[in-house]
Amino acid sequence: MVLSVTDVTKTIPQSGLDRPILDRVSLQLQAGQSLALTGESGSGKSTLLHLVGALDGFDSGEIEVDGTSLSSLDEPARALLRRSSVSVIFQQFNIIPSLDVSANISLHAKLANRHDPAWEAQLAQRLGLEPLLSRYPEQLSGGQQQRVAIARSLAMRPKLLLADEPTGNLDEATGDAVLGLMLELVQESQTALFLVTHSPTIAASLNRRLHLSNGGLT
Amino acid sequence: MIGPALFTLLSHWRQHRFQLAALVIGLALATALWMAVQAINTQAKASYAEAEGYLQRFDQDALTAPQDNLTVTDYVGLKRSGWPLSPVLEGRIRLGGHNIDIIGIDLLSAPPITSTSTSTSPQSSESDQGAFLISLLRAPGGLILHPQSAAPLSERTEVEIHASTDVPPGLAIGDIATVSRLLAEPHRLTRLIYLAPNAPSARALAALPSHITFTPGNSSRIAPGTLTQSFHLNLTAFGFLSFVVGLFIVQGTIGLAMEQRRGLFRTLRCLGVPIRHLILLLLIETAALAFAAAAIGLILGYFIAAALLPGVAVTLSGLYGVEIDNGLALRSSWILSGFAMTLLGASIASAFAFYSLWKLPILQAASTQARGQRILKNFATWAQVAAFIFVTGCLAYLALSGLAGGFVLLGSVMLSAALLLPLCLWHLLLAGQRKASSPLAQWLWSDARAQLPGLSLSLMALMLALATNIGVGTMVSSFRLTFDGWLDQRLSSELYVTARDDAQGTQLQQWLEEKGIRVLPIRFDVLQQRSGQITIYGVRDDATYRDNWPMLDALPRAWDRLSDGQGILISEQLARRQGLEAGDTIALPPGWPNKILGIYADYGNPHGQAIVSMAALLRNAPDATNQRFGLRLDASETPALIKEIQEEFDLERENITEQEKIKAASRRIFNQTFRVTDSLKLLTLGVASFAMFISLVTLWSQRLPQLGPVWAMGVSRKTLALIDILRSLLMAGLTALLALPLGLFLSWTLLVVINTEAFGWRLPLYLFPLDWLWLVLLSLLAALLAALLPAWRLFHLHPSELLKVFSSER
Repeated sequence: MVLSVTDVTKTIPQSGLDRPILDRVSLQLQAGQSLALTGESGSGKSTLLHLVGALDGFDSGEIEVDGTSLSSLDEPARALLRRSSVSVIFQQFNIIPSLDVSANISLHAKLANRHDPAWEAQLAQRLGLEPLLSRYPEQLSGGQQQRVAIARSLAMRPKLLLADEPTGNLDEATGDAVLGLMLELVQESQTALFLVTHSPTIAASLNRRLHLSNGGLT
Repeated sequence: MIGPALFTLLSHWRQHRFQLAALVIGLALATALWMAVQAINTQAKASYAEAEGYLQRFDQDALTAPQDNLTVTDYVGLKRSGWPLSPVLEGRIRLGGHNIDIIGIDLLSAPPITSTSTSTSPQSSESDQGAFLISLLRAPGGLILHPQSAAPLSERTEVEIHASTDVPPGLAIGDIATVSRLLAEPHRLTRLIYLAPNAPSARALAALPSHITFTPGNSSRIAPGTLTQSFHLNLTAFGFLSFVVGLFIVQGTIGLAMEQRRGLFRTLRCLGVPIRHLILLLLIETAALAFAAAAIGLILGYFIAAALLPGVAVTLSGLYGVEIDNGLALRSSWILSGFAMTLLGASIASAFAFYSLWKLPILQAASTQARGQRILKNFATWAQVAAFIFVTGCLAYLALSGLAGGFVLLGSVMLSAALLLPLCLWHLLLAGQRKASSPLAQWLWSDARAQLPGLSLSLMALMLALATNIGVGTMVSSFRLTFDGWLDQRLSSELYVTARDDAQGTQLQQWLEEKGIRVLPIRFDVLQQRSGQITIYGVRDDATYRDNWPMLDALPRAWDRLSDGQGILISEQLARRQGLEAGDTIALPPGWPNKILGIYADYGNPHGQAIVSMAALLRNAPDATNQRFGLRLDASETPALIKEIQEEFDLERENITEQEKIKAASRRIFNQTFRVTDSLKLLTLGVASFAMFISLVTLWSQRLPQLGPVWAMGVSRKTLALIDILRSLLMAGLTALLALPLGLFLSWTLLVVINTEAFGWRLPLYLFPLDWLWLVLLSLLAALLAALLPAWRLFHLHPSELLKVFSSER
């Protein structure tokens, strides 16, 4: 099991009171599986993704990533987990503006000591980034930037790939193309994919689908 | 992990080279000025230490006469009764137009004069040393001086000059026979060095003549380091201020770099770089940049110090009569202190940014530019800190008092005023916005307010630099005005004549009086007191003194009583040093009138001075030289009289000086004295202007979201560029206005507290509105220059760049 979420509860302060945004949420994800999480704005989808990615803490319950329990980890251990096992693709791409495409793709792999130039070259080729390797992010379109973010995420061969509205900033055609490629690569590398989306179409293209509403999964 | 993460962090600078240059230049400038001041101070202190070390050779246990009436006869008598002694005669002479402190010793019995060879005898051997001693002893005699002091004297003196780096600058050493001839004091001695290793017995001491006492070594001299401590404190304060102004640039740049890299930090943390590693990497980055900047600062500082050192030497010589070596040496102490200060400064400047990063939640949005009420809250917090610093400074002033207290008060007021500036500007700009009627004018005022967080540090730096310029400028100008008035009063004779010797002086005086010219002889005696040297002048009863002499405090009928021999007038320095007032009595050898009838201003003289009637002077010092005279006559008659005197007495033209020439020479020395201050003032203002330029240029990219919507609503880029310039002028103008009261407070503190403590005299405060206007215009010019490049870029900005504002907001 790559991901196991058991009875996780998370409250957030709102108007002076603690409002439960996740209430005893549980889910599992196997290697090579893909899971789409849908829900209304503010339903807690991104919050759950942040908890799974060891980016934020939860109040109760348990989350295990690749057999490691997150509740007992301190900040350095969480950082190590993010560095070695988990990769996140954000809606805003979050690629480094001061590094060229090539350096951006290899960054996470280098941080995790898993730098594999052949694999990175293959990813660049598959994602159509080969002619853009020496360019800087400001010289790229939104779709190209998102493809760089995907390449960077997969280059370190994560056990778990988290994606928060990865095509939310792209037009439909570009988004479809980018998503198709991402799913293809995830499948080939046996990575577990946990994807947050508003789009029923995108959700339908993944193995499983869960809906988050009123703090619970259905 | 460390390597890729560090590479990623550093990649920011590749895309922001100007920002990197601003950071390094800011830090280098701050360091350069600090290092320059440190280099000067260290050089001067080394000169003092060298001088003190040298003089200690002759400052051993000695027999002295507190009434300064030790004679050669005393020496001969004591020698015959078995005392192991070596005679010393000290004084000050004018050699080749320069004042030189001179020490005459018995070359055969005194401690060695030089430890190494002199420049005239590079190959030091015993025979060379012997020949050298003979050359000092043989007629016309010789003097040993530091090469710096010796250079201007060559071929202009009656004695042979030997240069040696063993002797400190401004001092001459020679055989006692030569020195007593030069001082025209064949019978007088200053001290008798006690040569035996053990202290004299009680019986021997009891047998000493009543006017002679035994003085242990190292107790009678005021060290030059002590005298000039306050001057170096002033210089250090200036250097520190420049350093702080430079740090404002650094803090602004580091803050901006951190702000721009927030997204990068977040991404790196998401990719698994722990916050501790991130902070560590940033510390390494800052240290590396600081080290590089310190190296540049060191080179710049060396050149600044080398350029300023001659001016400092003139200042120290003029104000304290202390000579220092003009040659700047690289010394490890100031190099290391410079590097340490740069690292410390960079750490302080980046501390807040690091703290913010440490506290930054990993999921915080990338852009965290403060807005509206949050800005106001920040400024209000700064104002509270300012109030705390101000109160602490005032309490410290009351507790410490004196020079240290003055500087603490000054520092706290400057810092608290700087911290208060953004809040004041915020409210002024808000008031302007409320008063504005047109929408564009309203936008201008509100846009200026929105820019305050980014510009506040450079505006604070500008205010500190302007206040310093106003404060120090007012002090120097007040001093100049007072000095001019004082010169006009003191130099009231139309012509000053110096005879070749006393005999010619007597003839000259008689000849002039026969021609009906009022002659004011300038005769004096120098007393070596335990508290320092006092020069006592004798004056004739003449209206010139009654009408013109600048008195600060006097008893009624002071001049009448002076001419009756009932008292003495003393200089302000002497009065302050000994805590004396008019009506008190001053300790002088018996025979001198000692009731203080008045205190007069004597600016620029490091030694104590006093005036008695001519009769009192001649009664106590019948051998006082009679060579110099002030002549009162119609100014139009001076050219003819000069010609007549030259023909009649075969005098050189340089022996006859018109009043205006002396005044011009005095003013030239005065201006040279404050050249260092002027240079530091300008450098500080330059650094502050650079800070503003850096802020405006580095904030450029953050301005676009503010400008884009206004441009889209139909305001042309040209108008926007003009408004941008106007905004900078507005901010600089308001800052300059707020700097004015701070500068005046600074000048008051400098004149009333610092100057009195440092130099021993107090000056009146004069106001110079035209100078302030000039400074305001200068700051506006600096703001205009700083705003030109961003405005030019805005004017030529392609519309697509402005459109990006909207696309990135999607």
